[in-house]
Amino acid sequence: METISLPQKEGACISERQNSILTAGAGRKSIHCADDSLAGSVSQRACVFCGARVVLNPVTDAVHLVHGPIGCAAYTWDIRGSLSSGSEMYRNSFSTDMKERDVVFGGEKKLAACIDEIVEKYRPPAIFVYATCVTGMIGDDIVAVCKEATRHHNTEVIPVESSGFISGNKVVGYRAAALALMRLITPKAGEHVEKTQKLNFLGEYNLSGEMWLARRYLGEMGIEINVAFTGDSTVAALKQAPGACLNLVQCTGSMHWVAQQLEKEFGTPFMDVNFFGAENTAESLRKIARFYDNPVITERTERIIERETARIRPALERYRQKLAGKRAAIYVGGAYKAVALIRQLRELGMEIVLTGTQTGKTEEYATITSLLDDGAIVVDDTNPAEIERFLIEKKVDVMAGGVKERVLAYKLGVGFVDHNHDRKECLAGFDGAVNFAREVYISTCSPVWKYLRAPTGGA
Amino acid sequence: MAPAGNAGTVRQVNENQCQHCMPLGAIIAFRGIAGAMALVHGSQGCSTYMRLTCVNHFNEPVDIASSSLNEKQTIHGGEANLKKALDNMRRVYAPSVVGVLTTCLAETMGEDLDRIIRDYRNGQETGCPDIIAVPTPSYSGSHTEGYWAATKAVIAHYARPTEPHRRINVIVPHISPADIREIQRIFTLMGLAITLIPDYSLTLDRPFAGRYQKIPAGGTRPLEIAAMPGAPLTIQFGATCPDNLSPGLWLEQEYGVPLVNLPLPVGVEAADQLLAVLEKISGHPRPESLANERGWLLDAMADAHKHNAEGRAAIYGEPELVYAITRACAENGIAPVVIASGTRTGRLAACVEPLLASLDEHPAVLEETDFAAIESAALNAGANIAIGHSGGKFFTERHGIPVVRTGFPVHDRVGGQRILSVGYAGTLVLLDRITNTLLEEKHGSYRRLRYEETNRTEIMEGA
Repeated sequence: METISLPQKEGACISERQNSILTAGAGRKSIHCADDSLAGSVSQRACVFCGARVVLNPVTDAVHLVHGPIGCAAYTWDIRGSLSSGSEMYRNSFSTDMKERDVVFGGEKKLAACIDEIVEKYRPPAIFVYATCVTGMIGDDIVAVCKEATRHHNTEVIPVESSGFISGNKVVGYRAAALALMRLITPKAGEHVEKTQKLNFLGEYNLSGEMWLARRYLGEMGIEINVAFTGDSTVAALKQAPGACLNLVQCTGSMHWVAQQLEKEFGTPFMDVNFFGAENTAESLRKIARFYDNPVITERTERIIERETARIRPALERYRQKLAGKRAAIYVGGAYKAVALIRQLRELGMEIVLTGTQTGKTEEYATITSLLDDGAIVVDDTNPAEIERFLIEKKVDVMAGGVKERVLAYKLGVGFVDHNHDRKECLAGFDGAVNFAREVYISTCSPVWKYLRAPTGGA
Repeated sequence: MAPAGNAGTVRQVNENQCQHCMPLGAIIAFRGIAGAMALVHGSQGCSTYMRLTCVNHFNEPVDIASSSLNEKQTIHGGEANLKKALDNMRRVYAPSVVGVLTTCLAETMGEDLDRIIRDYRNGQETGCPDIIAVPTPSYSGSHTEGYWAATKAVIAHYARPTEPHRRINVIVPHISPADIREIQRIFTLMGLAITLIPDYSLTLDRPFAGRYQKIPAGGTRPLEIAAMPGAPLTIQFGATCPDNLSPGLWLEQEYGVPLVNLPLPVGVEAADQLLAVLEKISGHPRPESLANERGWLLDAMADAHKHNAEGRAAIYGEPELVYAITRACAENGIAPVVIASGTRTGRLAACVEPLLASLDEHPAVLEETDFAAIESAALNAGANIAIGHSGGKFFTERHGIPVVRTGFPVHDRVGGQRILSVGYAGTLVLLDRITNTLLEEKHGSYRRLRYEETNRTEIMEGA
């Protein structure tokens, strides 16, 4: 049984990480994943609080109040490129700015005072109050403070129990956010939400308007989005969530659990969709049409797919000719995105030699491994040293990932595609497939590499 | 104290942060020590966020280890994780210096770092790196304080009684790698040998080399730091640095090295102040090249003074840079109408006080403040230009006020690591950027404004 032998000399990797790395088609089939990051390994992961905040932050008219010292709020201020068609409240970052005495004497009073100030100044329809490491540690009862504030101000003040230390895995923060969402959505006594023919779009954050594009396709099919979780959503729209007849789930890591809850609570069925790449988009639209089981919708869907596919084909073909045979690496947060990227890069004729995620689960890694050619590397919760090694070993031409991987790739003279939270280009749907191909092309085939890779470029 | 509110009331909530937290500043300082790597003792997110912030600004990989504490360790103590983190980072990175920085979590847990580190060191055979612990809980201060605290801790760790020598100690505040290189150039031109600390001029702004150096070459060498007590003098650019964190003051008190504490040399007056000191200690006048640079700056000041007179600036960021830029604005007739920092040193207000008498109007001076307060003060005062880091992007987005980006972090423009503003040459670059920003606004609006001013009645009648 062959595993990768990790050299202990220059560029050495940590031996405990061996089981988190495997080679497709070579012996060991399963990968160690979904565990806490190894201390000192320089993981690319963030924390529980981060996971919660990225899921909830796109709720546009809510106030996001971080209960903790200044850093947690400062580092997450407007970090996600979710767009809004209305309120811009979510782009502000509120902090209780805990100081030493608050840590010593408890921060509940200050939290209550901050909520009072926010309500007085803005009267927001909801305030999400995020717990951080310190508030969790000193035992501030944010649930009680939120309950009292909700009563006192007659507005929704919702605790998000996202103390960073609960786990080294962002996914735990997704759950904290999901619980907060369920708290917001669940109708109060006496409230009732009528069922409609609309659908909810879960795990869609409207990065660079991607939800709007999906909404256009669905609209043409005759289907309306009730509310997206949470891209371009409002508090009032989220409260209508129980009225949907179907839940689409895109980012499975953050939203599968919510979909299961919605099914349990309100009987709404759910299905996984994926709008990254032309093939994925077409498949997803067909799947949605099948659910509605209406010949008019089916006919419209086929028409859209045919029209859009034909429209983007020449552009994709042009890029394909430039990119065929180039070697790509992927390192992203969630597995659904990795799977979509593998498919998209394949469509461009590229070979995928490395794929990894921060938060993938065992069965998701099985899917990823099955999609890859023999010899490709699969890696969970990797770090710069490993990325560097594989980029060099596998002679990668372009990498898709987040900000921290970008600078590393550039230092090695490797191209890069930004597939992160703050991307500015729409990468979903048919148009997104072309944008994606273009981004892969402009980086992979940039003239700058000629100078950087020349013998005299790197000294 | 919480940010000052509009009506003079004390606000509790911080709305849009102007500062980051303590360990971040310490990370940057450790980046300026040769062979050093930072290990953040806390939950995984802290180190990742700080990496992200650094990467976005410097456009360089900045690897920071974490002890990745989780729930179990917060109850039973993080000792095992910290030791494991040290082992793992040594295996992969082989640092010769490790800066162990605490977070609010570790401090609240009450981790006894000194004991843990002593214990770890005792358990090693040979080749254990120098481990320097710095308490940097977020609730105790901003990245500015973290930067000074780490710089002081490193000096205190290495400094040894040393025979007098001629190398001058130069201690820089958190400035750009390009600014550090400019300061080095000025000392070289004056023929003075220096120990500059922390020197991240090459570690956070690396020339392309075709490979990734896990611990990039460069930084102040521990041997040189050890010899700082033998220096004839310390020049510290730390007018706003609090005494308890001042590395230069520590060297003076512990080893009797005289301290010359100067403002950052931004603006002709502050640069003159530095050059006067350098001429005195070197015993010879500045070379022609520096004299020319001063002349070019004066020439530019004359050329631009009427344009600059229209500037009403909101200046915000770290205290030292804010103070320096405020002086540079004032001497060019740009009215500093808001002078603000997210950090509270207590020194910023005192430093700008003497300037106020010469100004036509009294600016708002805000310490330990947030962008909600800065924005409101700027709008009240009719600011037409903002000078500071990317946090001020909303000045433009929401109010159409342009931002001249400088300081840290600059994450929405390229080149944060090479923004130059010190010395005569650096001031000239900064001044041109400010003047040209004012000019761009002017050319973009004066036709419409003049029309509106002279045709107001017609517009109103037409409406």
